[in-house]
Amino acid sequence: MQVSSLTIGSVKRGLLDREFSAVELATEALRYAEAENAKTNAFLRFSPERALALAKRVDAKLARGENPGPLAGVPVAVKDVILTRDVITTCGSKLLERYVPPYDATAIVRLEQAGGVVIGKTNCDEFAMGSSNENSAFGPVRNPVAPDRVPGGSSGGSAAAVAQGTAVVALGSDTGGSIRQPASFCGIAGVCPTYGRVSRYGLTAFASSLDHIGPFARTVKDAAVLLEAIAGRDSADATSADAPVPNYTAAMEGGVAGLKLGLPREYLSNLTSETGDLIASGLGVLEKLGCQVREISLPATDYAVAAYYIIATAEASSNLARYDGVRYTARSERSGALADLYRYTRGEGFGAECKRRIMLGTYVLSHGYYDAYYLKAQKVRALIARDFAQAFQLVDAIIAPVSPFPAFRLGEKIDDPLAMYLSDIYTITGSLAGLPCMSVPCGKTAEGLPVGMQILTKHFDESTMFRLAGAFENAGGAA
Amino acid sequence: MKITEEQVRYVAGLANLYLTDAEVKRFEADLDEILTHIEKLKEIDTSDIEPMAQVLYSADETATFRPDIPAPCLSNRDALVNAPSSGAGYFKVPKVIER
Repeated sequence: MQVSSLTIGSVKRGLLDREFSAVELATEALRYAEAENAKTNAFLRFSPERALALAKRVDAKLARGENPGPLAGVPVAVKDVILTRDVITTCGSKLLERYVPPYDATAIVRLEQAGGVVIGKTNCDEFAMGSSNENSAFGPVRNPVAPDRVPGGSSGGSAAAVAQGTAVVALGSDTGGSIRQPASFCGIAGVCPTYGRVSRYGLTAFASSLDHIGPFARTVKDAAVLLEAIAGRDSADATSADAPVPNYTAAMEGGVAGLKLGLPREYLSNLTSETGDLIASGLGVLEKLGCQVREISLPATDYAVAAYYIIATAEASSNLARYDGVRYTARSERSGALADLYRYTRGEGFGAECKRRIMLGTYVLSHGYYDAYYLKAQKVRALIARDFAQAFQLVDAIIAPVSPFPAFRLGEKIDDPLAMYLSDIYTITGSLAGLPCMSVPCGKTAEGLPVGMQILTKHFDESTMFRLAGAFENAGGAA
Repeated sequence: MKITEEQVRYVAGLANLYLTDAEVKRFEADLDEILTHIEKLKEIDTSDIEPMAQVLYSADETATFRPDIPAPCLSNRDALVNAPSSGAGYFKVPKVIER
């Protein structure tokens, strides 16, 4: 078997035809992933015991003639901010180098109930803060398409593993683009579902009003199958939505002719690069499939980066307060009195980007600044959500770029935090509004670097998003 | 300048974050640049807008309530397993009150 090109569908056929057992597949997938990992540094840790135990369970079900589940035997990589019981979960941080979660995230429980086999934990920017995976305490990840370039971030390891073929699918987390942007940089599908669609229980909190768990896959259909398996109400997360989860793969069967697509004027006005050309030819493909494209306006777009970096850092400064040297493994050697224990543990443990965001978030929440920054940003967030609500009265989906540029070189942007923040513009608007949005491969630049096209739909309408992305993929993308 | 070195040190204190002098200098410059960009928000009129604290969609106010039934929680052992220092079932920290 060639593990690097498997899909959820081909794993299922292989198991049912007795071409391989789940244990054989897990063993080979682990061997291959471990052998290939030095090329990208995508995995931080493998979980062979857990993987083989799950694979045995799948084989036993198959032997008894039971349905082993929609993800039966599928090797899955999991971003290291999602808790896995008894498997160290570092969040890409030195602070949590030895942290052993005492429970599983709900998404992990559901994935494994569906027969999925977690083979390892993937590298990411520290506490999911970054757009290049260069903020990991355990070294950067290399883009499998172009090893001198970043895979994107913060879920860079998950994207790289799927693109490299060392996992069939992966879970990532997206707060302001951390699934969509690495998916676009690595040339795969990446989905940030509606806020509340997937339980955040067991997802290490970065910005609670913006955090999502979502899938990466080499095909749109695989992303849809994985999302369906992990989605739905969970009483352990009060913000998880009590909304029925449709059969996404069935929804993909419908045609796209007649769908109305919106193109935000504000996004394309300053996008004259190769990325813009590829999105334009992608739109041409959708038009040939019978979609109607019209221009729409999202006037508050210009303020999104500022609003996002106030809200996200404010929430982060509060969420990261728990890493104080008392409960989570790391404690500074320098500590004397309790206050020093907190200060030194955090000063030594957090990397530069986390510190920068803790500082910004603490500042905007501090006495005398709350109204000018945090409250103002929440009002601008409402305006951005309103822009989208108005646009969705006219169109069924919005088409946008994911990133202004394709994967950049390692080290190229790390010294300019504001430039890095500004490059998140196309992904953070959808995040602020809580909309489902995904990146689907949309051709390559002359240099061979992948570009992703973003599809956004109404709250809980992942079905239309998958249907469009699937039709686009079937039509060959923009290539 | 949007922020001074003194303010950077004050905020680091609020955040219980030890910073080296070099970090203070670096964050003073970074925060200044970021806060200058954030000034942009002053341009946009939000006088009649309700702040959006979280993503809302149409649902009953009680849609996310669950029955109030006690269920097992983390065991004492599990809760303490990652503590850098623990004993007698508790997290241990340096003494904070003099006898």
